[in-house]
Amino acid sequence: MTSSPGHVVRPVDDPHDRSSSPGTEGAPLLQARGVTLQYKTRQHLVTAAYRVSFDVYPGDRFILLGPSGCGKSSLLKSVGGHLPPVEGSFTLAGSPVLRPGPDRMMVFQEFDQLFAWKTVIQNVAFPLVTSGRCSTREANDRALLYLSKVKLTKFKDSYPHMLSGGMKQRVAIARAMAMEPAILLMDEPFAALDALTRRRMQDELLELWDNTNFTVLFVTHSIEEAILIGSRILLLSPHPGRVRAELNCDHFEHTDQGGDAFITLQRRIHTMLFDESQAGGPDA
Amino acid sequence: MREARLSVRQRPEFEHAVLPDANIGAVERALSPLERIANIDWVRRAAILVVLAVAWEVYARYLDNPLLVPTFMETMRALWSAAVEGRLLSRVWSSLQVLLIGYTLGVLLAGALTSLAVSTRFGSDLLSTLTSMFNPLPAIALLPLAMLWFGLGMPSLVFVIVHSVLWPVALNTQTGFLGVSETQRMAGRNYGLTGLAYVWRILVPAAFPSILAGLKIGWAFAWRTLIAAELVFGVASRSGGLGWFIFENRNELQTDYVFAGLMTVILIGLFVEEVVFRTIARRTVVRWGLER
Repeated sequence: MTSSPGHVVRPVDDPHDRSSSPGTEGAPLLQARGVTLQYKTRQHLVTAAYRVSFDVYPGDRFILLGPSGCGKSSLLKSVGGHLPPVEGSFTLAGSPVLRPGPDRMMVFQEFDQLFAWKTVIQNVAFPLVTSGRCSTREANDRALLYLSKVKLTKFKDSYPHMLSGGMKQRVAIARAMAMEPAILLMDEPFAALDALTRRRMQDELLELWDNTNFTVLFVTHSIEEAILIGSRILLLSPHPGRVRAELNCDHFEHTDQGGDAFITLQRRIHTMLFDESQAGGPDA
Repeated sequence: MREARLSVRQRPEFEHAVLPDANIGAVERALSPLERIANIDWVRRAAILVVLAVAWEVYARYLDNPLLVPTFMETMRALWSAAVEGRLLSRVWSSLQVLLIGYTLGVLLAGALTSLAVSTRFGSDLLSTLTSMFNPLPAIALLPLAMLWFGLGMPSLVFVIVHSVLWPVALNTQTGFLGVSETQRMAGRNYGLTGLAYVWRILVPAAFPSILAGLKIGWAFAWRTLIAAELVFGVASRSGGLGWFIFENRNELQTDYVFAGLMTVILIGLFVEEVVFRTIARRTVVRWGLER
């Protein structure tokens, strides 16, 4: 593992310090080893990612960060089992990833990821029942529990089309978390939200993480979001995606945003991304 | 530069307390009774029917030739007596039986074909080719052949009805399946759903608006085909259907009974469209917000 130079000083008595994640203790939960991803369009064979390797440890908030075209979403899809690598492999808790499965729940950017024909609670309970994890009644109880965690108990019997974008994303998060997957895969889940809602959702996600310490693999193209959400950031360069750096960033809050450490890290990432990608730079 | 811009229009800042709600006046107002009645769908529809009936009555009286165009009232009288005598109802029943059998078979076949089409590339090629071949072919054109194969009777009728239902339903279902977003597909597969469970629990509900449209079109095609086929032969199948009822009365120059038969076709069509399909739509696609 490439470790970042220790230029970031951890605040000693920060009550919201999230650096208690297990970090490098024990075996990695998810291992990517030399993964190359390709997909075909009608005319071209496109290489989305080239020989990418990384390790995600239990309790990590692991960020894939890069400009558009760096294959970060493709990597996430591949971990989800929807896009098999042409070279290399993913290993989850010791066994190779071969097909989609409920041990890796995905949260997408699109609002239509909820099933329009099911109410909010049915949406959350559905995967629990179909994957054979729970009986219908247990599934309902569990769904209610997770809906209360995302503060949507009041809307449990609404249909998705009655909810706002932010609420839909919260349902999607509850649905994924209720499955208690080995790893949660989030593909820019807040990108389609307005700035105020996005900020609130980021805080809520961190709050949820404080309570349950789930492992999450999170894709974003926003440097700011990466620093806020992540405990570790994998930086990818574009066309095709290759590993540029891996950084620690375990202790930032929205209130740190004007602070020196935050800005230093932000600049550092910015420089690394802009060194190579003149076209289509990231928005911070 | 900046200072210059500021100095051009220097306006004072201000902050207000929010006005109390009571000052705003009526935030919500009930609509007048007339507006509310005009908002009920079936009232507006019924008004159209009444206008049409009145126009018919006036024109028929003006024409004064019951052999060509009987009046609305005469038609209603004929409809009533045909229904009460029992002749019409048994004809309707025998038509509906054939129709339901053919329709059900057609829908099931369409379901099987499209399920095959989503799971394999061969299936999807097969379905596209067959649909573009047979969808434009009027079912009634197959009737002579069907009579040769299955004889004069129910099997021939069922055959042409299946043909008229199968292709539009299959086409609409496949179009619907193709329109299901990649996100929903991935979400479904994420739960470990595959094969028929995946089709049934994800694709069918997600594509339900166009499946329902296909079912409606299929129903209308089946109905038309059946009446047309019965006009061609009804004698042989002893009981005879609604189409035969119309044909028979035309031969006896009982035009009011011909109109009564046509009216029955229309009434059944209206009922199925406005009550059956509308109820299904209200409980599914409208409730899910997929259709208004």
